[in-house]
Amino acid sequence: MKLELRNITKRFGTLTANDNISLTLEPGEIHSLLGENGAGKSTLMNVLYGLLQPDEGQILINDQPVKFNGPGDAMAAGIGMVHQHFMLIPVFTVAENVVLGNEPTSKIGSLDLDKARELVKEISDRFGFEIDPDAKIQDLPVGAQQRVEIIKSLARNAKVLVLDEPTAVLTPQETDELMEIMRGLAKSGTSIIFITHKLREVQQVSNRITVIRQGKVVAAPSPKSSASELASLMVGREVDLNVTRKPAKIGAETLVIKNLTVLDDRQHQMVDGISFTVHDGEVLAIAGVQGNGQTELAEAILGLRKIHSGSIEVAGRDLTKSTVREVLEAGLGYIPEDRKKDGLVGDFTIAENLMLDGSFGAPFAKGYQIDFAARDRIADELIEEFDIRTPSATTLAKQLSGGNQQKVVVARELSRELKVLVASQPTRGVDVGSIEFIHEQIIAARDAGKTVVIISTELDEVLALADRIAVMYRGKIVGIVDSKTTREKLGKMMAGIAA
Amino acid sequence: MSTKKVKLETPFQEDKAISVLREIMAGDPVRIALSVLLGFFIGAIFMVVFNEDVVSSWSEFGVDPNYALSTVWWTIQDGYGALFTGSVFNLEAGSFIEGIRPLTETLRFAAPLIMAGLGVALTFRVGLFNIGATGQIMMGLAGATFISTRVHLPIIIHMLVAVLAAVLCAMVWGVIVGILKSRTGAHEVIVTIMLNYVATSFFTYLLREPNLLLEANGGGTPKSDNPDDTAKLGALLGPEFNLHFGLIFAVLAVFAYWWLMERSTFGFRFKMVGHNASAARAAGIKVENTFVWALAISAAFAGLAAANQGLSVDGGLTTSIEAGIGFDAITVALLGGSRAGGVVMAGLLFGAFKAGSATMQVAGVSPEVLGVVKALIVLFIAAPPIIRAFYRLPKPSIKVIESAQKAKAAKVVK
Repeated sequence: MKLELRNITKRFGTLTANDNISLTLEPGEIHSLLGENGAGKSTLMNVLYGLLQPDEGQILINDQPVKFNGPGDAMAAGIGMVHQHFMLIPVFTVAENVVLGNEPTSKIGSLDLDKARELVKEISDRFGFEIDPDAKIQDLPVGAQQRVEIIKSLARNAKVLVLDEPTAVLTPQETDELMEIMRGLAKSGTSIIFITHKLREVQQVSNRITVIRQGKVVAAPSPKSSASELASLMVGREVDLNVTRKPAKIGAETLVIKNLTVLDDRQHQMVDGISFTVHDGEVLAIAGVQGNGQTELAEAILGLRKIHSGSIEVAGRDLTKSTVREVLEAGLGYIPEDRKKDGLVGDFTIAENLMLDGSFGAPFAKGYQIDFAARDRIADELIEEFDIRTPSATTLAKQLSGGNQQKVVVARELSRELKVLVASQPTRGVDVGSIEFIHEQIIAARDAGKTVVIISTELDEVLALADRIAVMYRGKIVGIVDSKTTREKLGKMMAGIAA
Repeated sequence: MSTKKVKLETPFQEDKAISVLREIMAGDPVRIALSVLLGFFIGAIFMVVFNEDVVSSWSEFGVDPNYALSTVWWTIQDGYGALFTGSVFNLEAGSFIEGIRPLTETLRFAAPLIMAGLGVALTFRVGLFNIGATGQIMMGLAGATFISTRVHLPIIIHMLVAVLAAVLCAMVWGVIVGILKSRTGAHEVIVTIMLNYVATSFFTYLLREPNLLLEANGGGTPKSDNPDDTAKLGALLGPEFNLHFGLIFAVLAVFAYWWLMERSTFGFRFKMVGHNASAARAAGIKVENTFVWALAISAAFAGLAAANQGLSVDGGLTTSIEAGIGFDAITVALLGGSRAGGVVMAGLLFGAFKAGSATMQVAGVSPEVLGVVKALIVLFIAAPPIIRAFYRLPKPSIKVIESAQKAKAAKVVK
């Protein structure tokens, strides 16, 4: 099946999310759609999937114009989508999930699960997915769940598969397996639209690449292009992907964590007796696939989450039972993984957000009154220093782009009297320009002798920043290795295989 | 067009119910003004449709269309004219003092509405839907009545002590809500509704007991003694007017509220919790304690309203002295967009309704029209889409500064 998107334009108010975008997909082709967050990739795919109607342009299948009024139409036309967040019911089996909404029935109208099992088994065998039709979704690893999503589409005879950031939740090994599966599917005639911002993956599997920037197609580079060429196209200027940094000057032990155990809200043990020490002037990166206890670890360090057992010490001071405010006042800076939820108040101005944790005293407060002059002066200084691109300090935080929002958080945390910086996913959902800047700031903090802990699921980020790398798996630290460790080895550790 | 609901990639996507509630409680001034306008417009339709002259003149519309149309006009003018005469200025009065009396009446009615409205507004800003002002006023009344009828103190001191008692008793009632919410997670809406019943019954009980608040030689009716003259809020403009010192408390309350919410660090933290409790927690704020503080201070404002009511009457008190203020306070807070200035305006409007309803009745227009207007205004504020549809306003959208270049250009221009 040949798919063509012709001159698609989609506007939201004054914002043109897709500006005259054209894209063709030949049968059996893997076509990568490369672009930063907010470039318009998801909008384009929502148009293709019938979730949005284009303002201009049309969709053609085998050169015939088609109109999709909803995902049902798109599915019927042979288009399947695997979303970043899986649309699976955890307590149902694979077979039940696959046929959900399209159930085979026996003569008397009851659900024919045997037929569903056969279907799953047939597809799974054909492409080497190794999926048991009777396994419950909740018992499967993330990579396998993703394959179930693919089977779901294939079971409905999808000829075109859209994979939306499929590797965000995978270990490096699972990513490699997915690449293998994609090649296999392509060989059998299924074409794939692969949406990503990870350059390495694009280079590995693409037959064709389209780069989108600010809603426009800016280039169709050859799949043999180098990573830095692709990055420059994506960002629109030269990009230095390597963070230059001096060797670490290791100082005193500042953050000492001993036998820390933390439970989540459902009383599951998410952090399981881990211990590590981080020194002044050093970056320890905590790598691992999402959901292996990193979030709970960060929350425990900040004092947001109760510590079940073990201890946390900063510069010799025991903070195990301290409140968030005490931890902050002890000199901990915290960049949360979800800035919109934990890092910013969207309806507050930038100036107000910059004093979010500073309302208890100088320099932002005089007695019980806010010192507005000081607040505005500090805001202007930080906007300048941290290159926050905004019309003014009175702009609301929610009006900023992701990168600039994150810079507000980084500026606030780094401008305080700091001993330790804990940064969780510091560049998630941030444009490449801001990533460079934030990385530089983190390295600058380390060079100034601060103790830095980075929690990241992005191996690229871990390797760019870390002096030492601790890999977390199921609440435990698999091992702490130096920054020259190979990707392959780190990948194995992320899957729980000790070094 | 597709009818499917689509999640667009906008930042700060919230649960729809929460964002609508926030839109309601934040109150955009333009939308509120339009709601008031539309409320009056529909109120006018009511007046016209239920007026006998209009009905009879329209049955002869074919004979005399001018007359039919002019009766409509005159009915509306009579109705809202009477409201003006009763609440702002009486143009037909013999003297200036007589003429201005309606305005002072509006101020007198507005003062407790403003004070209680500020209390409710404060909790709205913290993200709590507190409808407990009625109960807090009842408790405040109990405190004020006890001091004003059972304790005897010198002039002024007696009044101040009675006011303080009202404030403290109300605060106790507010703190209970706060503690129940923060310690057990109970929802403040349910807790406050139930505590309203408890407080009303409790005050009635006190009024029934001879040893507690029942008037001397009282019978079966729950009614207190006449408060001591020393405890009463004195007349503000001399004996010609009913206006009393309660207005001064209201003015002080407005300034206190403004300073608290717009200038102080407490207000900053209150608003932070109201907008994003999760971020507030990560910024070192104890969200649960903030709820308790907010409800306590909120109740203090309700306590002032209670003092205003309990210390300004001639004759003994019954529970009817509450006069629906606790409930109107919610409306005033909504209408005022939870801002100090807005609450003042809303309180004045509702005060004017109370002051003007008598003259409307005299003019032959049912004052219940004002009840309809009042209810409709709140309805329109509570359902933003209605107002947007009526005036064809655009949906509120989040303007995202998309490209760095654009933002930088703006920066350079600045």
